[in-house]
Amino acid sequence: MKKITAIIKPFKLDEVKEALGSIGVQGMTVTEAKGFGRQKGHKEIYRGAEYLVDLLPKTKVETVVVSEMVDKVIEKIVSAARTGTIGDGKIFVTPIEKVVRIRTSERDRDAL
Amino acid sequence: MNAADTAWVLASSALVLLMTPGLAMFYGGMTRSKNVLSTMMHSFFLMALASLVWLFWGFSLSFATGNWFIGGLDFLGLTGVGAEVWPKSTIPASTFMIFQAMFAIITPALISGAFAERMKFSSFIVFMILWLTFVYAPVCHWVWGGGWLGGMGALDFAGGTVVHINSGVAALACALVIGRRKGYGVVPMMPHNLTLTLLGAGLLWFGWFGFNAGSALAANASASMAFVVTHMATAAAAISWVLVEWIIKGKPTTLGIASGAVAGLVAITPAAGFVGPISAVILGAVAGVVCYLAVLAKAGLGYDDSLDVVGIHGVGGTWGAIATGLFACKAIGGTDGLFFGNAGQVVTQIVAVGATIVYSFVVSLIILYVVKAVMGLRVTEEDEVVGVDTSEHGETAYNL
Repeated sequence: MKKITAIIKPFKLDEVKEALGSIGVQGMTVTEAKGFGRQKGHKEIYRGAEYLVDLLPKTKVETVVVSEMVDKVIEKIVSAARTGTIGDGKIFVTPIEKVVRIRTSERDRDAL
Repeated sequence: MNAADTAWVLASSALVLLMTPGLAMFYGGMTRSKNVLSTMMHSFFLMALASLVWLFWGFSLSFATGNWFIGGLDFLGLTGVGAEVWPKSTIPASTFMIFQAMFAIITPALISGAFAERMKFSSFIVFMILWLTFVYAPVCHWVWGGGWLGGMGALDFAGGTVVHINSGVAALACALVIGRRKGYGVVPMMPHNLTLTLLGAGLLWFGWFGFNAGSALAANASASMAFVVTHMATAAAAISWVLVEWIIKGKPTTLGIASGAVAGLVAITPAAGFVGPISAVILGAVAGVVCYLAVLAKAGLGYDDSLDVVGIHGVGGTWGAIATGLFACKAIGGTDGLFFGNAGQVVTQIVAVGATIVYSFVVSLIILYVVKAVMGLRVTEEDEVVGVDTSEHGETAYNL
């Protein structure tokens, strides 16, 4: 099992959600996030005082899937979230040791 | 009594009232979103609080016959302030009183920009009642109510000393005593909604025609010229602020044009009714540059005057009051200034400025220390971090 974490542009969330739904991903967690990568930020000036705004609004999408699905999920997210401009975001894949469904105590693949 | 004069001053009173919600927007847009309601509440609450103080004792202490320092008690509760014609005017006493009431509202509201985002609301109320009584009323009496500054010939058409220097200096006292906002200089404190600030600046510009042209207390040529120079000085200041920041920082900003316009309005206030249009343009253009530099200097001086009341009202008001002594012209307002051959007028203006600065600063400090000792001035650190909208008022401005 793997967790796929995608940091995307906020306005791309609906497309990513739909794309993942279309290949049978059954659940996800979405968080409003702030951050920066190579895009960095920009400078703003108010009454002469300069501020570097480096944390830009992003959306973090997390979903846990069986290992065979990983490549398909990545492919779907990339095609749905890409605009081709700087700041499109990143995808991280991490191993998951254990999953438990609280309602039934099912474990691992059964719990996904 | 003159019907046209009365109609104009009543209409002007309504215009001046509108400046205070305008100020609420101007200030509110510049705060962080967690403190916008508290900031707007300061202005709005004063529309009510200062009015009642004015009715019960403020007007009397300012305008009833008294001594050189303060007015008497004859008009307490507006006793005898009714249909009779106000001295040296053609309008009823009640009209004069309500026009002046609007000035007593906006002056303390201006101060609130200095302690925005951290003041305890209950302490705000107590401070304002004391300030209106012990600072505003005496200074108003000195200049307009028969006190010593008016008596020695100091010119202040619409409140450069009474309103702007007075509030700007009190703001400095507030910023010094209450201390900096938590995280000042480290955490970015950016305006959360400049569209609100621009609309507020527009309402201030609009209402200021009542403030300045209404101060003629008549629908006449003096009011008309005051209206014209108010507009032209403001136009010049708005452009000069934007140009100088464009040169120094590389961008012409919307907050810059809003601030420049207000700086121009402040600076022309004492001079309206005494100066001609070309003088007004020079006066305004200088105000835009001087106030911008004063705001820039704040970072080096280290005090946290959140919304730049000192830089705009204190410095702009001081420049305007002195410039009145430079540019005044007999053909317009009956008195000449330095550039028209009467050097003594500048000296008189500087005395008026100095007296207002010293008195307002010292008495504001005393009031602040008393309130601080009795009930404290600031919200707790935790409440400040959460935001005073939630912690003091139990509300959030934007539930999106």
